[in-house]
Amino acid sequence: MKNHTFFWFILPSLVTMMLFIAMPIGSVFIQSLHIEHGAVLTEVKNCGPFGCKMEVQVDVEATSELKKAKPLGKFNGFGTYNNRNHLAVVELSQAWNDSTNWGTYFRKIYNLPFYRALAFTLTYTFVVTPLVLMLGFCIALGVNSLPKNIKGPTIFVSLLPMIVTPLIGSLILFWMIDAEGILGASLQWLLEDPNLSLKASPNLTWVMLIVYGVWHSAPFAFIIFYAGLQTVPADTIEAAMIDGASRWERTRYVVVPHLVPLIVFITLIQLMDNFRVFEPIVSFSAQANATSLSWIIFNDLAGGEGSFFGSAGATSVLTILGVAVLLIPVLFRTWRDFKGKVV
Amino acid sequence: MTDLANRRPIGQKIVIWFFVLCWIIVAGFPFLWTMWGSFKVQGDFFSKADWTYALQGVRTQAETGAAFTGDGYFGAWVTKAFWHAALNTTIVVVSVVIISLSLGTLGGYALARSGKKYAFYLLMLALVFRAMPHITLVSGYLLPFFEWNLWGHLPTAIIVMVAINQPFTLWMLHSFFLNIPKDLDESAMVDGCTRFQAFRRVIVPVMWPGVITTGLFSFLLAYNDFTVTATLLSQSNQTMVPKIASFLGTTQTEGNVMFAVAAVVSATVPLFLLVMFFQRQIVSGLTAGAVKG
Amino acid sequence: MFLNKITLAGAFMALGTTAMAGCGISSGNVKILSNDFPAIQSVTAAASTCAGGGVTVEANLTKDHKDIMVAALTANPAQYTSVIASNSTLVTLMNDGLVRSLDALVAKHGDGLNPSQMITVDGKIMAVAFGANAQHLFSRSDILKKAGVNSIPETYEDVLAAAKAIKSAGLMDYPVALNTAAGWNLGEEFVNMYMGTGADFFKPGTAEVAVNNDHGVATLNMLKSLVAYSNPDYLTYDSNATQAEWEAGNLALATMWGTRGGAVLDDEGSTKAVSSNTVLTGAPTWGNNARPASTLWWDGIAISANISDEDAEATFIAMMKGISSDVIQANNSDTVWLGAGYMPSAASAGVSATAAAGAAPYPMLPFMGTLHGALGAEISDFLQGSESAEQALADVEAAYTAAATEKGFLN
Repeated sequence: MKNHTFFWFILPSLVTMMLFIAMPIGSVFIQSLHIEHGAVLTEVKNCGPFGCKMEVQVDVEATSELKKAKPLGKFNGFGTYNNRNHLAVVELSQAWNDSTNWGTYFRKIYNLPFYRALAFTLTYTFVVTPLVLMLGFCIALGVNSLPKNIKGPTIFVSLLPMIVTPLIGSLILFWMIDAEGILGASLQWLLEDPNLSLKASPNLTWVMLIVYGVWHSAPFAFIIFYAGLQTVPADTIEAAMIDGASRWERTRYVVVPHLVPLIVFITLIQLMDNFRVFEPIVSFSAQANATSLSWIIFNDLAGGEGSFFGSAGATSVLTILGVAVLLIPVLFRTWRDFKGKVV
Repeated sequence: MTDLANRRPIGQKIVIWFFVLCWIIVAGFPFLWTMWGSFKVQGDFFSKADWTYALQGVRTQAETGAAFTGDGYFGAWVTKAFWHAALNTTIVVVSVVIISLSLGTLGGYALARSGKKYAFYLLMLALVFRAMPHITLVSGYLLPFFEWNLWGHLPTAIIVMVAINQPFTLWMLHSFFLNIPKDLDESAMVDGCTRFQAFRRVIVPVMWPGVITTGLFSFLLAYNDFTVTATLLSQSNQTMVPKIASFLGTTQTEGNVMFAVAAVVSATVPLFLLVMFFQRQIVSGLTAGAVKG
Repeated sequence: MFLNKITLAGAFMALGTTAMAGCGISSGNVKILSNDFPAIQSVTAAASTCAGGGVTVEANLTKDHKDIMVAALTANPAQYTSVIASNSTLVTLMNDGLVRSLDALVAKHGDGLNPSQMITVDGKIMAVAFGANAQHLFSRSDILKKAGVNSIPETYEDVLAAAKAIKSAGLMDYPVALNTAAGWNLGEEFVNMYMGTGADFFKPGTAEVAVNNDHGVATLNMLKSLVAYSNPDYLTYDSNATQAEWEAGNLALATMWGTRGGAVLDDEGSTKAVSSNTVLTGAPTWGNNARPASTLWWDGIAISANISDEDAEATFIAMMKGISSDVIQANNSDTVWLGAGYMPSAASAGVSATAAAGAAPYPMLPFMGTLHGALGAEISDFLQGSESAEQALADVEAAYTAAATEKGFLN
């Protein structure tokens, strides 16, 4: 394709992405290198319905001059990236010096919010992604062998976990898994443990979030695999049968290789989405036991009083870098395919 | 696969049927439970005393005089004007799907047909773009949108969702176009068509399966989105998901919670119709696309 | 089609009566941004009746109001002419100079207001409060009596003793609840309990945090003793969850928000046994201190800085209509109203008692929110028993220091 034709075809798509993704990424990055100007504090008398008190306030007039001159704030380089709430460079080396063995070292690292979030994020990503692939594939094989007339409804029901709004879906699940809810109570009865609570223990919270993640994402893998199964060439299968290949051998040596490009695609999307997990943490109010990088960003922007744009920006940039590292193997493969395409 | 390949011993069949049945229960039960509960009062469906209240409808009996009540639906649709949110969602979803697909087919086609290195780099760049957490993007838009008086309007939310969704759309459509033989459009160009004419006359008629599948995913994104719609829309322009969240409010008022449950169930109906209607196309669309990579 | 339905409703009402519906405004835009709970719904609904003629009234009530508040008011002209603020949000807005002094408007249009409703900062009225709120004790008198506890606990030590009696009598395994969901709620519980020690959160006159001391350790230990009598899920308990637990009859002693009183005492969602035996009293004290372990909150009206004076005046008049004594009388049980016309009720007894006993308001300090966030995130490890109180407080201090440096409060 000629360069200028390519340009005109891609232009509309590129313009929207540049305006609404690339520019914000750029400005978020710049913002993350800055911190706010030193606030000029004064003590004033505050009164209200509950009496008067001397309290410290920001002197808005004195601070606004600074802000006008430099609206971004004070340049801080990678200071925000390295501070205690992010990469915690100083605390890491200090923990190293204070620790006599690996156990205490890891415990100290795990006490830092960024690494704690990273631990859950990575565990979630690397447990959920393969499970989604496997479960999706099994469901696809199963549904594919059903009689035609019940396939349609089965596909619809299989898609439900993906299509019911996650925020609301997990709200209802949150009630169901409550110790008084149907799932929580049934589990207590099944395991004969009347004190079992999925929300209380850190381990069970992780398991719960992972199970939810698999449940929510399996339909995505299922529908793509199911479609892929429709294109497995019938003659190859039949040839394999005539050669005496067992069912398992046929799946292993004919079906799976045929689906490799799909596996790559699903892995790519799932790695990325799972690395950004955060909605279930909010809906299951699991933050005491499990946090993720995206949750930290959410908490910085919307968690409490006032937003930490620099902090959120730094974590966002680190998230992008994390995703890039995760995707390197997949990218190599895409590059090979791409070169293969060029004739 | 042919029927020959599907013939299997009865033992295996039972195992497979059992597995599929288990999955159906796991996938469908929470929804079924919600649908059942949407006809109860809050004290039953969200009972802290005993979950079997939801089955028997103890509080529902006490408060409304019958085992089932349509109060949730009435409250959501009539009292709280959920139809208005449904209308907004329709506008948003239809626009997002149409615009995303229009931009995406052009871009995806170009990426599939260009052998240049920059096409690869663009695909990689799209992946990086997709890695950005949405909440950071959205909070970055706030100030400029307020400054330029763009905040709160449906078109703003639509264009933002189109942009955020563009990387995925490009990737998916790009792999579909790779599957359409190059000879098709190239022979049209030999016959004297420009690239665009070839695209319009030869490619457009055969691309529908891929476009429909990608459209389904765009649809789901726009339909389910919370981050963008909750932050960028004013209350009068709310779509369904933030509206449902607003039923819950900051302090859950007795009764309003059931409006949310009823609304959730109502919001699933169009999805059901859509999947039933497009089921065949979705599957054939996916087949044409990423499979052969 | 996209006309705000509130505007429409208001317009119809205006047409039905006179053109100005008794608000006395002839033109201007009124746009309100606020949190979403019953008292505010009543206020904005009443303010909306001022629409008509040249006046438009629009309201956006959302749980996520804090996320868009600063950006919405920074724009010039601001997207919203009024924000319904509280102790903490008013400070956030004032840090950036986004709200205006109301002195002139109060002098001109604020006849019916009580002097105590004025929130003054450095002598200037920055907001007009209309409602008060505080966390205080809810008790079940029947359960306490069965357990042999004859008086409603007045200190947290009494609460612990009563909880022990209830548990050992086999009445309930988990009789106590506080709003201890990790995050903002848990931070608020620490703030409340620490308030009861009478100590300061910061070194006087600076933004340097001062909770990492004996008072802090004692506060954490008290919280830990209380959650020992709470359901193991306590780290997910927000105010909706505690109310539901209460109404289901699963609790005997709980610290909950005063605004929940009305809903708890009515018959809806609960049984007669629970609602008729629920007693609302002031927040307990502890550790031989006189100050109740709670913080007083107000909700009030603030007007944006970046709008025309005409809109500001129209907004102020409409909001005065929203908090007028008619509205208060019609919605008496929604909150503890501060304006004239409020009739104290059983539902408000707890808040009134807490305020009367000398509880302190939530500190209006620019960096309080940052500390609150750090507390909510860092102390759950201690409550779960995976680290010491000293370590938890050191973590709070470190997290706060990093965040406050980014905000420019510390250098």
